[in-house]
Amino acid sequence: MYEFEFTRPTTLADALAVLKDDDEAQALAGGQTLIPALKQRLAMPSKLVSLTAIEELRDIRATGGVLSLGGGETHRAIAHDAAEAFPGFAALAGQIGDAAVRTRGTIGGSLANNDPSACYPAAVLACGGTIVTDRREIAADDYFQGMFTTALEEGEIITRVNIPIPEVSAYVKFAQPASRFALVGVFVARFPDGARVGVTGASEEGVFRWTEAEAALSESFTPEALDGLSLPAEGLISDIHGSAGYRAHIAAVIARRAVAAAH
Amino acid sequence: MTEVTMTVNGESVTKDIPDNTLMTGFLRDVLKLTGTHVGCDTSQCGACVIHLDGSPVKACSIFALECDGADITTIEGMADPDGTLHPVQRAFRDYHGLQCGFCTPGMVMTASAMLDHTPKPTEDEVREHLEGNLCRCTGYHNIVRAIMAASGQEVAGSAAE
Repeated sequence: MYEFEFTRPTTLADALAVLKDDDEAQALAGGQTLIPALKQRLAMPSKLVSLTAIEELRDIRATGGVLSLGGGETHRAIAHDAAEAFPGFAALAGQIGDAAVRTRGTIGGSLANNDPSACYPAAVLACGGTIVTDRREIAADDYFQGMFTTALEEGEIITRVNIPIPEVSAYVKFAQPASRFALVGVFVARFPDGARVGVTGASEEGVFRWTEAEAALSESFTPEALDGLSLPAEGLISDIHGSAGYRAHIAAVIARRAVAAAH
Repeated sequence: MTEVTMTVNGESVTKDIPDNTLMTGFLRDVLKLTGTHVGCDTSQCGACVIHLDGSPVKACSIFALECDGADITTIEGMADPDGTLHPVQRAFRDYHGLQCGFCTPGMVMTASAMLDHTPKPTEDEVREHLEGNLCRCTGYHNIVRAIMAASGQEVAGSAAE
């Protein structure tokens, strides 16, 4: 690992000041992606600004039909503390990585990284969430801009994520057997004004909404409503773990399972 | 170099360390607590799992400076000072939950953290919870049996004599 300085401020203002002063400084959330990347020398920050001591980034509450999560909340805490208000989202958080990774990994860190196989983007996009940063609010539809690409600017920190709570929802992940990342993951949500479907793991462009499935499920929120509907393989990921056609097939299958499981 | 203070296995320690020191290095090289094993060093194998304020973390994927002020427990802190094994350690011995033993510290730390919040897990829950811990010897069956036994539940087959 390259040498770097490490700082662990206790306020958001202090963290932002360090990031602003030093172009080469980088925010460190739970570190479950960034620390392995540092070991591989894929990143070379001059300074790591740990966000883990900032209390104002820790908060889980459900009010007015919205689950509101501090950017520094861990998968473990969300899986536990959001289970009553939004079981579909909490169950998703409880499937990320493994128990030790869930202790450290945060929703802000995951969304900032926007790994094309990450779980949260499927739910945040499907539910029409809002990413709140130190300087603005970004709608999920505008936030996710492709593999590892988001609307975030340099030094911008996710302070909060607001997710409208659907009537029923479920996430089904088809895990890649070795990494346990989503080979394909589908989050389905039924709102009073229609259904939304977020698909992760499958596309070269990162998370996306499957609008044809949304239209069908808005008519009838049943697995059968998706009969005969297939996801085009064009633009989907082909790699050693599965071809584009395979991913398209899996997406359609687990979308049905998610609808059947939604509660 | 930066000063870090934390509690490790009940004792307060303060050390000056390079900023990029991982917890695996801090425990093994600085404190000479070599029970925390480094298997893959890529956050996959779980041999380095320790408890951070009671929750499992992979020591290879957290910097020592992130643990400033924290309460850390390693495998060395599991048995009583008089040598009486922790119930999970005892069950691993009784049910042959290890062969070469390399993964065992991480297995014990992961299992004990699980039992702290799920005292009576199902076998499926145990297997799911071990997702981040790899064992290349046992095929996991005896590890799962040991954890079920440590939780005080019935285990098919008898313990080793």
